[in-house]
Amino acid sequence: MSAGAPPGPLAAAAALVRRDLTLFFRRRAEVLNPLLFFVIVVTLVPLGVGPEAATLRAMAPGVVWVAALLAAMLSLEGIFRSDYDDGALEQLAISPQPLAVLVLAKVLAHWLVSGLPLVLLGPVLGASLFLPGRAMGALVLGLLLGTPVLSLIGAIGVALTVGVRRGGVLLSLLVLPLYVPVLIFGASAASNAAAGLDVSGPLALLGALLALALSLAPPAAAAALRISLG
Amino acid sequence: MPPPARGDVLCFATRPAGPAAGPQRTDPTVDEASEPAPPRRLEARGLECVRNDRVLFRDLDAAVGPGYVLQVEGPNGSGKTSLLRILCGLSLPGAGEVRWNGQPLERVRAEYCESLAYVGHRHGVKGELTPIENLRFQRAVAGGASGVSPGEALTRLGLAGFEDVPCRTLSEGQRRRVALARLLTAARPLWILDEPLTALDRTGVAVVEDLICTHARQGGMVLITTHQPIRLEGSALVRLRLGA
Repeated sequence: MSAGAPPGPLAAAAALVRRDLTLFFRRRAEVLNPLLFFVIVVTLVPLGVGPEAATLRAMAPGVVWVAALLAAMLSLEGIFRSDYDDGALEQLAISPQPLAVLVLAKVLAHWLVSGLPLVLLGPVLGASLFLPGRAMGALVLGLLLGTPVLSLIGAIGVALTVGVRRGGVLLSLLVLPLYVPVLIFGASAASNAAAGLDVSGPLALLGALLALALSLAPPAAAAALRISLG
Repeated sequence: MPPPARGDVLCFATRPAGPAAGPQRTDPTVDEASEPAPPRRLEARGLECVRNDRVLFRDLDAAVGPGYVLQVEGPNGSGKTSLLRILCGLSLPGAGEVRWNGQPLERVRAEYCESLAYVGHRHGVKGELTPIENLRFQRAVAGGASGVSPGEALTRLGLAGFEDVPCRTLSEGQRRRVALARLLTAARPLWILDEPLTALDRTGVAVVEDLICTHARQGGMVLITTHQPIRLEGSALVRLRLGA
């Protein structure tokens, strides 16, 4: 084994995804907190605004998306914080692999444990708010396209603020404005579908946002990490 | 405020590195064009580091070549860690440049990273993973030539029997040993060690001294900071004093 070929960027990225998933699995509480928050916020809404089905149905897409967005923000720090604190990030930065590839691997692992559960929980919570069945597809597809964008944009923000003590407020200020388009198009896709309208427009825009974030966010976050470490 | 320290030691790669090494240049100013295959060496020229409006060092020159151990000395806050981080390429100097094999670091970054092993203050050992998992992961990401297997590296560092225990439950000194085992699993010519002896017991210190001496004898290069006395008998030790 010691004489094998040196691992390339893809093997390194795969190892990083595997390691991060192991780490998330071994500190489950940290991962479950944002999901619990997501569920609690959505289930509290009927208690606050009253149980009328018509009101809740109209609000459902927006409520689910706002809660998903805030839950995603809660989990952001987890992308880089612990690696920064214990020095593992320095080791990644001085590894011969391209840092942007490693960043993408970390974001992927983070999305798998924080974004994907939101996608899966979305329709359940939507149903609890009387969201009609015909809107479920648009809600799930929207979350599937939108939550990776939230993780990717968030990675830039975390990379910039990871060196700052208590950078949480700064992180929200940096990231929230960039989250707004995702919220608007995601919620409008679901409410269009609920009203029986065409959903291809908002979903296409979400897809475009995802393509943009996938190509631009990893190098931007890698550059931001180098600044934070320097 | 004390006057900024000047690098007062310059060491050159003049010593033949083991039996395989050929004759080496002693003139550090020859540019890379006249030398088709320059020997491995790390050079710093005219480095300056400013932290919080304090000049830690200025006009600092240093070089280390095969077979040499460069020990950076100085009181707390004199810029030892800052210097090592600059030499690793983790942070940028205020002025001056770092060269690897005669080339500026930015131009040969990937090649340099494949030659470098860095163990810093924060040693990058994940508490949730076992020592074996830590080393396997580090080896997968590190690329470059690999050395001994993770299991053997841990045995050499005196951690036999702790391979499958989460690092969180190990003592600080044991975690430091896990971090240092990285030096063995990846075959890197240049070691940069920031306070590697912190929290180590006497046998641990002896193991590290032995690792460093063996590495230097085999033509490796070591940059080290430490406040503890370290015996590096038989290796070409050069001292660089900061904050004079």
